[in-house]
Order: sequence, then structure tokens, then C-alpha cells
Amino acid sequence: MKWPALKLSPFWLCAAAIAVLGIAVTIFDLFNINTFIFFAGYVVLQYVVLATAWNIMGGYMGYVNFGTAGFFAVGAYASVVLYNLFQAPLALMIPFAGVVCALLGLAMGYLTLRLRGVFFAIATLAMAIVLETLIINWEFVGGATGAYILRSREQAPFGDYIEFLFFVMLLLAIFAVSVARWLELSRTGRGFIAIRDDEIAAECAGVPTLRLKLIATTVSGFLMGVAGAPFALYVSFIEPSSAFNLIYAVNAIAMPMIGGATTWLGPVIGALLLGTVQQVATVTISSELNLLIVGIVLVFFVIVAPEGIVGLLKKWLGGRRDDR
Amino acid sequence: MTADALLDVRAVTKRFGGFTALDQVDMEVRAGERFGLIGPNGSGKTTMINCISGTLANEGGEIVFKGVKLDGKKPHQRTRLGIARSFQIPKPFRSLTVLENLGIALEFATGTSRSEVQERGMAILETIGLAERARANAGSLTQIDMRKLELARAMATQPELLISDEAMAGLSSTEVDDILDILFKLNEGGITIIMIEHIMRAVMRFSTRIVVLDAGRKIAEGNPDEIVNDPEVERAYLGE
Repeated sequence: MKWPALKLSPFWLCAAAIAVLGIAVTIFDLFNINTFIFFAGYVVLQYVVLATAWNIMGGYMGYVNFGTAGFFAVGAYASVVLYNLFQAPLALMIPFAGVVCALLGLAMGYLTLRLRGVFFAIATLAMAIVLETLIINWEFVGGATGAYILRSREQAPFGDYIEFLFFVMLLLAIFAVSVARWLELSRTGRGFIAIRDDEIAAECAGVPTLRLKLIATTVSGFLMGVAGAPFALYVSFIEPSSAFNLIYAVNAIAMPMIGGATTWLGPVIGALLLGTVQQVATVTISSELNLLIVGIVLVFFVIVAPEGIVGLLKKWLGGRRDDR
Repeated sequence: MTADALLDVRAVTKRFGGFTALDQVDMEVRAGERFGLIGPNGSGKTTMINCISGTLANEGGEIVFKGVKLDGKKPHQRTRLGIARSFQIPKPFRSLTVLENLGIALEFATGTSRSEVQERGMAILETIGLAERARANAGSLTQIDMRKLELARAMATQPELLISDEAMAGLSSTEVDDILDILFKLNEGGITIIMIEHIMRAVMRFSTRIVVLDAGRKIAEGNPDEIVNDPEVERAYLGE
């Protein structure tokens, strides 16, 4: 008799290996990595989560969400609310932020049912602006002046608190990618593709398009929320203009486009690549250069590789196979 | 409503703003029938199909399929009840292969398991004559093959009623015969077919009964011979 549970796919082996490596470098300080690397790595991993979450709607289903910053900030502020209420631990903040943003995603899905294409994108952008206005006028979470979140300097057994946050974000990234991959390989994921290609034809082929759209907005919202949950702890001071920064929305779109929007691997590659370049540029050149880099890289990819790096690789591998 | 009516359209009305696209139209399609729906451009044929398949909601009247009232049911629910349609302008899932296009319908409309999609999809493609293109990208098909894909994907939902919306428009006469043969074959297999078509030769040859719409109203109903000799129909097509 076979033991199916023991038959691990390469994906899960990789995920496990990355998690173990994460433990090795954070808890056991293997390779003696500088704290700044964790500080920067956290941001890159955060983008892996955001880009993956965006891609569930934007890549699989073809619904471009411009409101990523809104979801991210609501996730961050959900944590602030819990902190202000009873100094909740991060372990509680993350699921709470996720659920709040999942509900937000569900509401957005319902409100924008009839909107497609560019109209949907504008509606999501408007939603982010409305949310920002609400937060600015909400004194409990600091309003326009912002709020301080006090965190301990260290977290056993990780040592530095940033190393702990890095590890948490690493787990969230693995979680987000697993969810996206699972969706992609499921019947639901194939329904998403049908919706992207032609929504009316999908509906007439028996695809419950409304339910699938709501699943996508809810799951995507949840993942964006968990990405934002530790943000306040990471920066220890949160204010609306940084939490709602447009760069989150722009990056969440650009990264899957660069990596390849049709598979789970695309946003991962895009986020690792573009995120790292941005972090390096911030240190070596200037922090204002980020958006310029995104713009240039995006224009380059739209022209040279409209299907992203994954599309390019597939074409290359496919081409070779034909040669044989 | 007669006992063997599969689809019963009762006094269906549809308005777009001030324009009445369908005005109190009655029609009845019997099980196993080859039913033709014709009329000049803008007469409301496609609107009628959209009301039956659920992509548009009718304002007045009701549509009953197999004794079930369809009002308020979403298109995918109607598909699962057994109503399938093809589109006038083909709407393939372009990023999928031909077989995967059928897979969507098989999985979602009939609950076919992933492992059976291949076998059942190929069987349908054999019937339609598209088996060689199974692995081709749906976006790369020729016009005739896209029309066949429309029919194949509709068939993959295992319908009792197939609505073919101008499946032959723009095709050459041998291609028209090709599609006609397919529709005859499907009908012999027990599927009721509503054919909407401008190509008179095809409709007259195919249909056992025809309804003619003009400006949103039913102006004639009968077998092909009766329709050809109907003065109202002649006036609708040729003017006074």
C-alpha cells in the first residue's frame, strides 16, 4: 500500500526547504547576516505576498485591482486597532487583519459586480482613497498624525525583533504562494481563466462567475490584509500617507506583469527581482528612485516580454522542445 | 402549453429604454424538434436567445423549461438545467486549448471529474469533427473551426436544448453544409435544436417548424412551406 502523504511534490519540498533556511538564518544566525538584510528582505517578502494576492484577481481572472494600498493599509490599521484596544500579540493581529480585509474584498466584489475593465480599476482606486480619508479622520488610530506602536527590541528565540518579523513574513509568503498555487490548479482556478477570457461565455458554459469573482476578491483581500498586519510593528510608527502609499498598488501590479501573470511563479519572481532592485537602489542611489525604476522596468517588459519572465522561459523551453 | 413542450415562452417582453425589442412573444418548442427562428435584422432574434439563456432578463411574461420557471435564474443555472447556446460572434476561451475549452463546460456544467474530461471531451470533438485540433490554442482556430468549437463547448454542457445563434454566418456553402450535418447529427442524438439563421437555404432545409419575428413581434409560425408562402413574411423581408 502506498502512503500518498509521503509523496511530497517538488513545490512542497522547496517550500519546506525555504522555511528551514529561514529558521537557520534567523534563529541560529547561520551565515551571520547583517540585520539590515532582514530589514530589506522583509519588504521584498511583503511584496511577494502583495503581488501574489493581486495576481489572483489581476492575473488569473483579469480584474485589475488598483486598490492594493487600501487593503494593505486596512490590514495594518486593523493591527493598530487591536494594539490600541489591548496590546494584542502579532499572532492575533495577522488573522484579524486578514479577516477584516477578506470582508472588505467581499464588499468590494459585491459593489463592483457590474464593473469591468478600466471601470473596475478606477472603482478600486476610489475605494482606497475613501478608506484613506476614513482613517485620516479616525482619531482612535491616530488620524492624520499617525500612531506609535511600541514593540520589544528583541523576540526570543530570534534575537532581534526584525529577524522575527522577517521570519513571520517568510511564512506568510509561503502561505500566500501555496494558496495561489492551490487555487490555480483547482477547478476554481480554471473557472478564473474562463472569466478572464470571456465572462459571458464562461457563465453560459456553466461557470458561476459571480461566486468565483467573490471568492477571488475575498481571498485576494485576505492575503493583502495579512501582508499589512505586521507593518505597524515593522515601522513602529504608522501614518496614513505611508500606509496608503501608491507604491504598493503600483508594485503589486508591476511585479506580476514582470514575472508573468498567468502562474503563481510569476509574481514571486517579479517581486523578488523588482523588490530587491528597489531595496538596493534605495541604499546605493536614492529612495526617490523606486518609482522610476518600476516605470522603466515595466515599459521594458511590456515591450520585450509581454507575458513576463515566466512567459519568456516557457517560450524558450517550448522552442527548444520543438527543435528536437 | 402542450404536454410535450420542452420550452415554453409566454408573452415575453423586453425593452431597451424606449425601444421594445420583444413585444409579447409566445413560442413553444417541443422535445426533439428542429426549430427555426428567423426574421430580418433587428427583429429581436438574438434578444430572444439572450432572454432564454439568461444573459438578459425579460421584463414581461415568463419562460418555462421542462416545467421549471426560468425567471430569476442565472445563465449558469439555466445551462445546468440543460439549455446550451452558441454565440453569433465566437467567444472561445483564447488562452486555453480546444479540449480545455470543453473541459470548462464539462467540469462546471456537468460536474465531470478532471480525469474524465479528456475522454468525454474527445468524444464530443469526434462528433463535431474537431478532434484533430484538440490540442490547438482556441485563439488560433479558423472561422469554421471556431463555429465548431462554439457548438462543441455547448454540447459539453450536455444540453437537452441547443440554441445555435447564427452558427453559419459568413461561412462558404460547403462549410454551411458541414455545420448543418453536425446539427442534424446532434438532433438525431435526441437534442432539441433552435436554429437562428439568416441563410434561408439552411433554415428551410433544417427546420421542422419556424417562427418569424419582425420588429419584436411574432408575425408567422408554421412549417417551412407555410412560411415561404406567407404574405406577412414576404412583406417583412421585402417590404410592401
